[in-house]
Amino acid sequence: MGIVKRSPWLLHYDGSSCNGCDIEVLACLTPVYDAERFGIINTGDPMQADIFLITGGINTQNQAVVKQLYDQMPSPKVVVAVGVCACTGGVFKECYNIIGGADTTIPVDIYVPGCAARPQAIIDGIIKAVALFQERADEQEANQKGQKTENAALNEAGKETGNGN
Amino acid sequence: MWMIPFLICFPFVVSILMYTIRVNKIRNIITYISAGIIMAVVGLFAVQWIAGGCREMELYYHTHIIDMIMLAAVWLLMFLVTYLSFKHKRKIISLLSIIPTLMITYLELYGPQQAEIAHVHVDRLSVLMCIIIGIIGSLIVIYSVGYMHGYHHHHTEFQDRRYYFFMLLFVFLGAMFGFVLSDSLLWIDLFWEMTSICSFLLIGYTKTEEAIANSFRALWMNLLGGAALVVAICYAGYTTGNLSLSNLVELGALGDAKAVIPVTLIAVAALTKAAQMPFSKWLMGAMVAPTPSSALLHSATMVKAGIYILFRLAPAMSGTTTGLLISFIGGFTFFAASIMAIAQTDGKKVLALSTISNLGLMVACAGVGTAETLWAGIFLMLFHAISKSLLFQNTGATENALHSRDIEDMHGLIYRLPRLGAFMFIGIAGMFLAPFGMLISKWSALKASVDESNILLVLFIVFGSATTMFYWTKWMSKLISYTDTEIKVKDITKKDELLSLMIHAVLMIALCLLFPVLSTVYIEPLLVEVFGTSTAVLPMGVLLLLIAIVVFIFFVPLTAFRYATSIKVRQIVSYMNGINVGNNKEFVDSMGENKHLFMTNWYFAHTFGQRKLMRPCIWITSAWLVVMLCIIIGGAL
Amino acid sequence: MIYRIISIAAFLIFAPLVGGLLSGLDRKISARMQGRIGPSIFQPFYDVRKLFSKQFIVVNPAQVFLIMSFLFTIIFTGCMFFGGNDVLLCFFLLSTGATFLIFAACITNSPYSNLGASRELLQMMCYEPAVLLACIGFYLATGSFNVSDIIQADMPAIVKTPGFFIAFVFILTIKLRKSPFDLSTSHHPHQELVKGITTDMGAKTLGLFEVAEWYEHVFLMGFVGLFFINKNPWSYLVAVIAVLATYFLEILIDNTSARVKWQVMLKSAWGVTLLVAGVNLIILMVV
Repeated sequence: MGIVKRSPWLLHYDGSSCNGCDIEVLACLTPVYDAERFGIINTGDPMQADIFLITGGINTQNQAVVKQLYDQMPSPKVVVAVGVCACTGGVFKECYNIIGGADTTIPVDIYVPGCAARPQAIIDGIIKAVALFQERADEQEANQKGQKTENAALNEAGKETGNGN
Repeated sequence: MWMIPFLICFPFVVSILMYTIRVNKIRNIITYISAGIIMAVVGLFAVQWIAGGCREMELYYHTHIIDMIMLAAVWLLMFLVTYLSFKHKRKIISLLSIIPTLMITYLELYGPQQAEIAHVHVDRLSVLMCIIIGIIGSLIVIYSVGYMHGYHHHHTEFQDRRYYFFMLLFVFLGAMFGFVLSDSLLWIDLFWEMTSICSFLLIGYTKTEEAIANSFRALWMNLLGGAALVVAICYAGYTTGNLSLSNLVELGALGDAKAVIPVTLIAVAALTKAAQMPFSKWLMGAMVAPTPSSALLHSATMVKAGIYILFRLAPAMSGTTTGLLISFIGGFTFFAASIMAIAQTDGKKVLALSTISNLGLMVACAGVGTAETLWAGIFLMLFHAISKSLLFQNTGATENALHSRDIEDMHGLIYRLPRLGAFMFIGIAGMFLAPFGMLISKWSALKASVDESNILLVLFIVFGSATTMFYWTKWMSKLISYTDTEIKVKDITKKDELLSLMIHAVLMIALCLLFPVLSTVYIEPLLVEVFGTSTAVLPMGVLLLLIAIVVFIFFVPLTAFRYATSIKVRQIVSYMNGINVGNNKEFVDSMGENKHLFMTNWYFAHTFGQRKLMRPCIWITSAWLVVMLCIIIGGAL
Repeated sequence: MIYRIISIAAFLIFAPLVGGLLSGLDRKISARMQGRIGPSIFQPFYDVRKLFSKQFIVVNPAQVFLIMSFLFTIIFTGCMFFGGNDVLLCFFLLSTGATFLIFAACITNSPYSNLGASRELLQMMCYEPAVLLACIGFYLATGSFNVSDIIQADMPAIVKTPGFFIAFVFILTIKLRKSPFDLSTSHHPHQELVKGITTDMGAKTLGLFEVAEWYEHVFLMGFVGLFFINKNPWSYLVAVIAVLATYFLEILIDNTSARVKWQVMLKSAWGVTLLVAGVNLIILMVV
């Protein structure tokens, strides 16, 4: 369909980092780069977000937080790890409290390396994520259609499908 | 019509029984039976009267002996008040009872010969009042049996004087029936005093320091009104020689100068009864009484006596200075009380302030005194009687279960005490939401006050509706908010309490559905009776629209609900920056501990608090009252 | 009668289109004011299309039913209005709709959503008087609360009700959730309340909310237009221009002011209402 990709909303979370990538992400969203012209909105709310932009590594304290934020996002969703810390743990990797990159906690789809990642690279990553987001949305829609016909078949057979979560 | 004397006398007989029988079980059974009998007789009375073509009736022309008995009763009440005020060292209050009693005795025994009048007058308004008192009053009596049982179970510090409590409730019911059916001002005065004293005794039921202080405040304010009523009666007796209320109203409607002072004084007396500013403090204090008495006296029926008499006077007040006096006070009270209700966290106090506020709107409607406003006023009264009675009883039952009546403690009530929560929801919705009748009455009142070019009243209604919506909605949202739902509360509501609540809720919804029918079949003819002309208050378009809204409001959420329960959803935890513990009630703090999250409503106690606003409001209304009274009386003399 | 049905049908079908376009226009103009290119004017439609294609998530299942009730109440209000009915009743029903929204935000127990709901309620208290007075203004100017009669008047209502109009435009900033009165939620993210009253709405529920907002905006703009419409057919053109000008004014205010505290909002909203609409009321009633 190609429409869903016109409205990628971001959730930005900064983990264990030097805040360099954090600032760069915000720089991408300033009027200079005008991310809104692609329909990108930086929401602060996981329930309204499609793309999870994570900077910084995962430590023991924020692991649960990242996990919860990811769970609160409705699928289809895409995770982008920005900067080396988010990709691997980076310079903090050996610290006593660091678990590692974002992929130690949640499935990461796009890796944007750099210390700090440049805005151009970040935007590039987001564009890739948008394409993936569209792909997943299409997949989900196809699945739902399939499921509907399946459900109809089941209903005809007289079996209640119920409304579980 | 044996039913009229029966309705007045039967409750008095029952009250004697209540006082003498000290065995709770037997007394409870008698209470149920008598309440049932009262309800049945009122029903029979109404049905028979309506089947007979709703004819206006004037009865009991020669009642010399009854008059004398009534005079004796007035003296008895005087002795009671004098005794109690001496006992509690508030001697000065007794004067408010002694002087009027002497005046009325003098008028009756040595005053000029009065015209022969009918002492009882039955018309649509009085039958409507009888139905309200009979049905709601009896239901509240039934409710109180269960409630008082629980009350004394929890409040062991108070002496159990239930026999006394039920005696007063029945005395009060009898007095109310007498009040709305009488046309003789002398009878009205007696029943008036009787309701005041019942209210006084019930407020002081617990005998605590606070209760006694509040009960005496209620007493002197109501007696002051009673005194104004007596002065009006004496004045009317000496100038017109006719002590019939309907005659007085007719004279007033014709613009006779002789009627101006009595009408004004009676209207001022009604202000005290209806707890309008500057006399509203007594109703706030009355909330120390057990809840059924608050429901019965201080919201559903007794305060409506003031409204009832103002409705009767409406044609005489229409377009006069008296009307201006009354409508300003009503409008101002509507606005001011609703603002003060915002700052209250005590559920019963919110109910009290909202009662004052809604009564204010009814008073204003009566003060404007046109057919349109009276229509609005009567519907306000009906809806208010049912929903307020429901809310008071519900708050009482909730308090028995939660041991608190603070609104903040009622969070998630709909999950913890589903039945009570649902009833409370219905009651509050009835108070202000479309399509319930309060709103359409407000519509009509607004339109009429624009028609009458009453600028201040328009502004009061407009701003008052906004504040009313605020405090009700925040209470409702507290009921459904999802906090601490795991704290288990035992629902100890008795069956009789539930029965009463259930009937109230059903009545509320039925009234909402049937209200266009009621309007055309009953209320509009009532207005013809009062004003002599017929006006279609609700245009057909609005009526149809209303029906559409009613259907819509009952239909849409239901369908939406069915849809919402049929779809597949993924449930997630609420947003707390990712540190939700997982139950939506706690979050992880910076030390890794689970911390409880609790959100309170806004009350703005420092901005809208009673402490800050009450005094200026009382000063403004007192000044207005005094100045206007001087103008009216000075102009008439 | 047939006109009424056509107009209701037109509202049902075109209101989301117009509402979405207005919202897109808003974003475009805001972007230009900030020196950006901004999104496509159809961006709101893309957003809602996306929201509906996502998974159905809720915090509390009752949210769905409350938001749907909110949406349908607003649609019904708009139908009443465009069907030529009583304006006062329209607004009464609109506030019933708004209470559904408040309930939807309250039942989730997220602190942001709860606080947003409280603020929304406060906003309602701020704008209600001006809204009711505007209806009364129509009644005084044309002798009827009915839209069908108001549009048949000899003179546009604005001639007699400039004060009511100013007060209404003032509180329109609150209703459209524009800065400086965007207390309960804002169109600009990353403020202290996250997404305020809509914090716990995601995907499809948020989509329903957005559609409801479109309907509401069209209804409100229709009300603004009503000030200018009379039996002269050209007045419709004037009304459209006036609506667009008002909308532009709101966007300008939005982009040039910072959020205020509730005290300022309450005082200024009530003050302006009392002063401007009140004086207008006195003039119309006394003179």
